[in-house]
Amino acid sequence: MTPATNNKNAFVSGLRSLTRKQLFIPIAALFALIIFNLIADPSFFVIKLGYNSANQPVLSGYLITILDYGSELAILAIGMTLVTSASGGQDISVGAAIAIAGSVILRVLCGTDSRPDHMKAPIIVAFLVACVVAMIFGAFNGALVAFFKIQPMVATLILFTAGRSIAAWINNNELPIIAEPEFSYFGTFIPGIPIPTPVFIAAACMVVIFLVLKFTNLGLYSQAVGINPHSSRLNGINPAIVKLITYMILGLCVAVVGLIKVSRISTINYSVVAKDIEMDAILAVALGGNSLGGGKFNMAASIMGAYIIQFLTTTLYKFNVDSTALPAYKAVVVIILVVLSAPVVRERINKAKKASAKKSVKEAA
Amino acid sequence: MENRLAPKRSIRNISDTNLLMFINIVVFVLMYLMAILCLGSGFLKPQNFFNILNENASLIILSCGMSLVMITGGIDISVGQVTALVCMSCAVLLDKHGGNVITSMCLAVAIGLAFGLVQGTLVAYLEIQPFIVSLAGLFFAKGLTTIVNANPFNVEHKAFVQMRSTRIEVPFMGSYNKKGMYIPAYIEIGVVVAIVVVILLFCLLRWTRLGRNFYAVGGNAQSARLLGINVKRTKFIAHLLCSVLAGIGGYVYFMHVGSGSPSHADGAEMNAIASSIIGGTLLTGGVGNIVGTFFGVLSLSTIKNIVSSLGLDEAWWTNITVAFMLCLFLLIQSIVLRRKAAGAKK
Repeated sequence: MTPATNNKNAFVSGLRSLTRKQLFIPIAALFALIIFNLIADPSFFVIKLGYNSANQPVLSGYLITILDYGSELAILAIGMTLVTSASGGQDISVGAAIAIAGSVILRVLCGTDSRPDHMKAPIIVAFLVACVVAMIFGAFNGALVAFFKIQPMVATLILFTAGRSIAAWINNNELPIIAEPEFSYFGTFIPGIPIPTPVFIAAACMVVIFLVLKFTNLGLYSQAVGINPHSSRLNGINPAIVKLITYMILGLCVAVVGLIKVSRISTINYSVVAKDIEMDAILAVALGGNSLGGGKFNMAASIMGAYIIQFLTTTLYKFNVDSTALPAYKAVVVIILVVLSAPVVRERINKAKKASAKKSVKEAA
Repeated sequence: MENRLAPKRSIRNISDTNLLMFINIVVFVLMYLMAILCLGSGFLKPQNFFNILNENASLIILSCGMSLVMITGGIDISVGQVTALVCMSCAVLLDKHGGNVITSMCLAVAIGLAFGLVQGTLVAYLEIQPFIVSLAGLFFAKGLTTIVNANPFNVEHKAFVQMRSTRIEVPFMGSYNKKGMYIPAYIEIGVVVAIVVVILLFCLLRWTRLGRNFYAVGGNAQSARLLGINVKRTKFIAHLLCSVLAGIGGYVYFMHVGSGSPSHADGAEMNAIASSIIGGTLLTGGVGNIVGTFFGVLSLSTIKNIVSSLGLDEAWWTNITVAFMLCLFLLIQSIVLRRKAAGAKK
């Protein structure tokens, strides 16, 4: 053995252990996107400090857009990861539930008048009501999954079908508009702070979930339930309650995103708001390398996945891809990523690597 | 004969699906009778029933394909957007590239086949979750539809318009209008296609080795493998068939609407899944029945029909009732299956 081959072997094995890490796929995807953008047009990374119409300092640029819109997705990805882990399925009703939460917020703030001069209730009250409503709907999904043992995708199909209609029903199909600027702080900028507020909200959510995972058994229990509900039952965990709780947490995340969504435009469009966001949220979980069949999860990877999805979307927008044609390109990228992270493919790649490593060792000998 | 050949586990499952299908058919008949009693003459005319068939021929085909995939334990949520893609591509081919009816049919099947080959390979041989694969398929078809052509337009190709307006009269089912004139009842070509598909798939699932393999793989892939069934190939074929049926269903939809638009068949995949579930197919696999799916589509569309004739024309009622019905059937399924499981343990 010469030192050179030793080094090479160490490098190969280091590479192998690196590729086995769960965070490898999202980080690799992120690097690929960054490099692609650097080569194609470095101005992608320019961040400008400008002034908006209210003469407040705001940062603008593609990276800020990614952080801004990726935050919604990241908040959802937190809840979706827990749901996926505990119940081994995904909630496809989050988009519809966001419409409901947004509708509730507007309903509480506007009362019966759809064009109020000033808000009828404090924002915090409206938000808390929306939280409760979203958690009730989450509990409805969770109860179907946990107590009636219906597959999550099918159980949430109910709310997926009815959600936007319920949202329209809550406001009598009117589109209330809130004129007061304070309401728009949550989705845009707080005066004087040039960073979009959703970033702070997402950061707060991340800190909360980090603390929850650190100091409670939620993460452990949901993983245990996801891996084997029967044996976790024998160990004294009630799988039904754990599943129910994860769905209610997702409901809470939905309410937060609902607030951001309606705050962005100060109104709501029931059929368009948060359209297809459930797909993006599920993709974020999958991109993070989490198994969609439940069990072990990595929260950081999911959150990262969310920002990468937004990175991809923004990159495509930048290259003037029509917003309606966007899904086709997204699909290609997703398929490539998913194929690369498929266990079968990774096994083959590893085998090929081993074979080439052996070959190089033989040649050196 | 069949009972002796099939493994014991699947006998129990098939009787499950028969039970669920039976519940569904009873609910459907009751609902229709109630509609006749309460809403009167409209529902008494056979043509009303045929209209439900005419409108939902493509959904029947899509749901049959969905049931096949669901029986093997997978799911395919791309079918709705594949339908939209087929409509748009065929419309563009007919009107802008001088294609004829035959080539447009071939194109429809070819699109389905292409989606089926890719998705089937990814699901069966690379073992990626079917949900993610078909989600990507959905996105891809959605984007591709607008790349083919972004604006909706009506097809004016003569031979096609003639074919799509062909009505097949059903003897003895017509009705008399107020002046005493006889109005014959009719169905569209698509309905015939749908019924042929239902019959073929019913036979396939009931009496062929491939069909029994679907149940075995969905019920328990591990034991199916031990029985010498090629699990991967079976899954591949199920996804392939589903996508090809989506192509055919897409063409039937195209014949019904006669136009291409990116918003066509929006949400059809969810309707197809809902119909399959109402008809007694379980998403966990191994349980399902084509006849049940057929009645599932009928139940779903009858309730929509009833809601609209009740005069609840605010758009949200349809969705809310459909969701309520889905919820009801899911609960029935869950309770029935749990009872049966408890009974089997005793």
